[in-house]
Amino acid sequence: MANPCEVEVLNNALSGIGVDEKSLVSILTKSQNEHKKSMRKGCSKFFLEDERQFERWNDSAIKSLKAEFKLFKDVVVLSLMHPWERDARLLKKALKKGLPHYNVIVEIACTRSSDQLLGARKAYHSLFDRSTEEDLASHVKGSERKLLVALVSAYRYEGPKVKEDAAKSEAKALLNAIKNNNGDHKKKAMEEDEVIWILTTRSKPHLKVVYEQYKKISAKTITEDLEVELLLKETVECLCTPQTYFTRVFDTALREDAKEDAKKALTRLVATQEDVDLKGIAAKFEDKIKERVKGAYKDVLLGVLADDRQ
Amino acid sequence: MATIDVPEQVSVLADAEALRKACKGWGTDEKAIISVLGHRNAVQRKQIRLAYEDLYQEDLIKRLESELSGDFEKAVYRWILDPADRDAVLANVAIKKLSPDHHVIVEISCTRSPEELLAVRRAYQARYKHSLEEDVAAHTKGDTRKLLVALVSAFRFDGEEIDTRVANSEAKILHETVKDKEFNHEEIIRILSTRSKMQLMATFNRYRDDHGTTITKNLEGDSGDEFLKTLRPTIRCLNDPKKYFEKVLRNSIRRVGTDEDALTRVIVTRAEKDLKDVKELYYKRNSVPLDQAVAKDTTGDYKALLLTLLGKED
Repeated sequence: MANPCEVEVLNNALSGIGVDEKSLVSILTKSQNEHKKSMRKGCSKFFLEDERQFERWNDSAIKSLKAEFKLFKDVVVLSLMHPWERDARLLKKALKKGLPHYNVIVEIACTRSSDQLLGARKAYHSLFDRSTEEDLASHVKGSERKLLVALVSAYRYEGPKVKEDAAKSEAKALLNAIKNNNGDHKKKAMEEDEVIWILTTRSKPHLKVVYEQYKKISAKTITEDLEVELLLKETVECLCTPQTYFTRVFDTALREDAKEDAKKALTRLVATQEDVDLKGIAAKFEDKIKERVKGAYKDVLLGVLADDRQ
Repeated sequence: MATIDVPEQVSVLADAEALRKACKGWGTDEKAIISVLGHRNAVQRKQIRLAYEDLYQEDLIKRLESELSGDFEKAVYRWILDPADRDAVLANVAIKKLSPDHHVIVEISCTRSPEELLAVRRAYQARYKHSLEEDVAAHTKGDTRKLLVALVSAFRFDGEEIDTRVANSEAKILHETVKDKEFNHEEIIRILSTRSKMQLMATFNRYRDDHGTTITKNLEGDSGDEFLKTLRPTIRCLNDPKKYFEKVLRNSIRRVGTDEDALTRVIVTRAEKDLKDVKELYYKRNSVPLDQAVAKDTTGDYKALLLTLLGKED
């Protein structure tokens, strides 16, 4: 008979984020058929009583179990890859998967430095015999196309110099574009040329000033006013308040009901964190990580976010 | 092929000294300047500037700017710069004009290789503390803006691979747009600004095979709205850059009063690239050698420099 403790261990090992490989190994290697049978009977979340009298794996449980095992593999592969290749592959994958995954394209285009983004475009040439913008332009339909192609093509100035006057007038232009469209439901702010050129060509320091100026002339921040246009909202967030964006990725992934994509987003972020400063954020989530993450994946997260990393 | 005539042995120190001698004292020895700089390639010109700075603690370019004037000075200034830096300057001048010279932006973004265009973008940032695309965007409007920003932001695939299916379908789209004058701007901008040059050549060839006439012929004329006026040079530059340059030269000389800016720009930017081929095209088209036409239309040191860059023997 299976020990109730073992059943609990099995349940725990397979819940949360990542997989507790050690516990699993110790259970499996010590179990015989009858033993395993009673364990299966004890884990009703993972095994269903089939009408033909056997304990059947719950299909969705298999899928999510495989996804949890894969998290560690993904973080290893991504971390070892050259950042250019990694970003090029992430871009291609997001493009293939379609609209719900376009936020990955926004994330990469907006959180990398100008030269890193350029590198990703070069790697894209090597890997796929096409340019990134060419693929995006021919596969993305609708209003998202203009935004995404322009974001990926940017080579932003990275100096600190900002023209206050221009930032002020551009904040105003953005406010007009957003407010007007709240009235006219047919056109999205993402379709406004003013919005596109400001967000996709201006430097990040400049856009941060635009963000501040916007707060002065509107009751809310740009991101608050863009609640309904997710892709555009994320664009502004990644460009102007990246720390907010990263915090949200961590928070969403470490929730009880976190979905696969949320966990993948965390993996992606952690694997790319040499380009982006995550230490401050990670410290806030250290306890949650220790509580909800398992096994080798947890070790990677904690190790990679430790202060004494070289 | 290039037209400039560079000697086998070059001593940049001797060159720097010769230029110093030409600038010292009263007046300037323009002939000496032309005979040195007019026979040096980009790498050598850069080394001469460094050598000059080393020897005399002075920026050669600034010195020349103060010594020379007029069209000659403009030409020398453009000639002596690094190609990427030069393109950045040309782009900035074009953008900042009261009525921006869109065709210059088109010319630079469409006739340079993808890597060269990247170098221009970097040089532009270093010089002007803005990105090229942001300055273009801030000084243009509407669909013209969309086209130009897309062209300068492009980092085209530079391989030989082409997709014939894509060439077919995009030739169709281009034809509908051009022939029926119904400009689906989004699609035409997408095709022209993202496809690789080889892919575009395949598309243009397909267009010609399907419709018996080239796309540029279908775009003939000088009228139309601003978008059309920017679209024409875009397609011409992508379809056949040498033919495009021949036309710019022909127009710059033919005008009552030469268009020195255009003349200088084409000769200076192509002298180390394909000016020889452009010269041949010019002769075929006009039955007059380009050297002769330039000599007839320009004077003094400016003329002497242009002819040197065109490969004329001293």
